[in-house]
Amino acid sequence: MPTITINNQKIEAKEGQTILEVAKDHHIDIPTLCHFPDLDVQSDCRICMSEIVGQKKLAPSCSTPVKEGMEIKTNSQRVYNARKTITELLLSNHDTNCTACERNMNCELQTLADTLGIDENRFENILEHEPIDDNNPSITRNADRCIKCGRCIEVCKNVQGIHVLDYMNRSHDTKVAPAHGKFLNDQVCTYCGQCANVCPVASITEKSDLEKVTHAIHDETKHVIVQTAPATRVSLGETLGMDSGSIVTGQMVAALRRVGFDKVFDTDFTADLTIMEEGHELLSRVKEGGKLPMITSCCPGWVNYAEQKNPDMLDHLSTAKSPQQMFGALAKTYYAEKEHIDPNNVYVVSIMPCTAKKFEAAREEMQVHKETADVDAVLTTRELGKMIKRAGVNFKNIGEESYDAPFGITSGAGAIFGATGGVMEAALRTVSEVVNEKPLEKLDFEDIRGMEGIKEASVTLGENTFKVAVAHTLSNAQKVLDDIKAGVSPYAFIEVMACPGGCIGGGGQPYTTTNAKRQERIDAIYNVDTAMKLRKSHENPAVNTLYEEYLSEPLSKRAHDLLHTHYKPR
Amino acid sequence: MLESILSKYPKEQDMLIEILLDVQNQKTDQYLSEAEIEQIASYLSLPTAHVSSAVSFYTFFSTQRRGEHVIQVCKDVPCYLNDSDNLVDTIQKQLGIGMHETTEDGMFTLEPTSCLGICDGAPAMRIGEHTYTKLNKDRVTALLAEYRGKR
Repeated sequence: MPTITINNQKIEAKEGQTILEVAKDHHIDIPTLCHFPDLDVQSDCRICMSEIVGQKKLAPSCSTPVKEGMEIKTNSQRVYNARKTITELLLSNHDTNCTACERNMNCELQTLADTLGIDENRFENILEHEPIDDNNPSITRNADRCIKCGRCIEVCKNVQGIHVLDYMNRSHDTKVAPAHGKFLNDQVCTYCGQCANVCPVASITEKSDLEKVTHAIHDETKHVIVQTAPATRVSLGETLGMDSGSIVTGQMVAALRRVGFDKVFDTDFTADLTIMEEGHELLSRVKEGGKLPMITSCCPGWVNYAEQKNPDMLDHLSTAKSPQQMFGALAKTYYAEKEHIDPNNVYVVSIMPCTAKKFEAAREEMQVHKETADVDAVLTTRELGKMIKRAGVNFKNIGEESYDAPFGITSGAGAIFGATGGVMEAALRTVSEVVNEKPLEKLDFEDIRGMEGIKEASVTLGENTFKVAVAHTLSNAQKVLDDIKAGVSPYAFIEVMACPGGCIGGGGQPYTTTNAKRQERIDAIYNVDTAMKLRKSHENPAVNTLYEEYLSEPLSKRAHDLLHTHYKPR
Repeated sequence: MLESILSKYPKEQDMLIEILLDVQNQKTDQYLSEAEIEQIASYLSLPTAHVSSAVSFYTFFSTQRRGEHVIQVCKDVPCYLNDSDNLVDTIQKQLGIGMHETTEDGMFTLEPTSCLGICDGAPAMRIGEHTYTKLNKDRVTALLAEYRGKR
């Protein structure tokens, strides 16, 4: 264990730690830009430079291991001068119109400039304007704000294994872009939004639908309803100054009402419905010798990836729509009929932890009526945070309220959709009870919970035992697919989520989603589950009423028309 | 043509630069099209963004059609300090083209390049595979005339 000093403070470091890691353990802040927890160390931006006494050159803290007796200064004049120069140089090639930027007051570069006291840049601004890339429904790329830190490239290449973005050109002409310096929709982008989540500035963001939604809310002819995805209730608080893992379900419902939505519903309800449809689809595939393993299809980033990169696998995908789209289809049929409202005047908004959901909502095959989309607009958790602030709602002190009927009664099984393994667990709870006709002794399938990349479990249905798997991140999804293609996959059912940790780690979630934060949100979502009286989708009385009143039974003709879809190679 | 070039190389990712050069050199317009970049990426099972990144990094590759003689003037510091700007100016005036442009007769394309590794002879440039050092207005004028005469 090396003993070192940082800023005259004697510190016992752990073997193999970098200066940055030791500093973090001892609550010494060193600024970083290219470095992001959970991603490979790049050592590109040089903002974390520290002084090592006796060494001529400053050293990057993120990639310099500590050695016995090292004397480090992280706040000397030399270090400060270096950081200041680097920041000024970055700003000299950056669109510095901060008030016209969606990350104003929430930007790592701006914070750095502020901390370093840069009130006047010594360097002339040499930015050359580049066109904005927003030819898709999900992601906006603004190269004028890019600081070339490379986090987006890292996450796209090494976490998702897609590698849509890379550095183009060299030296001061360097830019981050898709192949040929073109647009995201020309390439195999899945719109998962992990790039947006790690971006330290507003170079990559969700394509905002906030204005669209605000207009609809203030349009008297529209009946504007909103659904909230499972993961949003354990993450929205972070955008409004609360700790990660805070459970804010009731406050979110209240805030949505104050913002002006006519009805506030829960996507957890249609998550329960998804389980009913998908669970019965699995049983029918097993019984009738259909395509196995069946793979979940509620994650739109994963569906995009399957369509683009693995079109030969599409018949493995469940035909059940995602909870978002089941909600949209029912809102424009069942709900509109029940409430006697013209479906064209029902305006459906979803609050999602996801950027790919915007793409999903815009899909043609997700349209029950010709004239109107089933889901009219999708806001990310981050956009909702902004909307609540804009509406002057004091979120921390607002009283908790409950969801509206009929899509407000939900189960814990619907809630855990937000975490990796949750859809599988919810499905296993239902499928085993439906087949075995007796209550499960233990509802918690712990083997398939948590941040491990590929998890497996087995379930006994009648006389047969089936193996199931859960994969998150697209790199892990590809591994599972490769086994299916090689004919060695032992599984009957596979859950795939594109984002690390599942939806709680989605591309539309609060910025700086590290794996540590993912774990806190996962813990919170299982707490939501255990605190609920109803924990199984098939015991949700509102779901059963829906079948009685409207759909008759799972996989019925009407259920097929409204709740199932198909995918095609792209 | 592309397939016959590709078939000469093993499907190893280390082969990327060789393949790119080979493909480019066998084309009279000396550039790599988007379709070719995509096919090469797919041959080596590399993401297109990776291949595109490599092509854009090295100045000896181009993604735009080029003329018969590609003139590349070094834009890095030692050449800059030895007045490479003047060199570029002279060439542009004499050929009537700007940077990254090709003369109407298709004879010359003018491009900047990163360091050619002959800083002792700054300012330097190359035309095709030949490098020229310690250049000034007169030498460049003479060189261009010489190349024109070769036709």
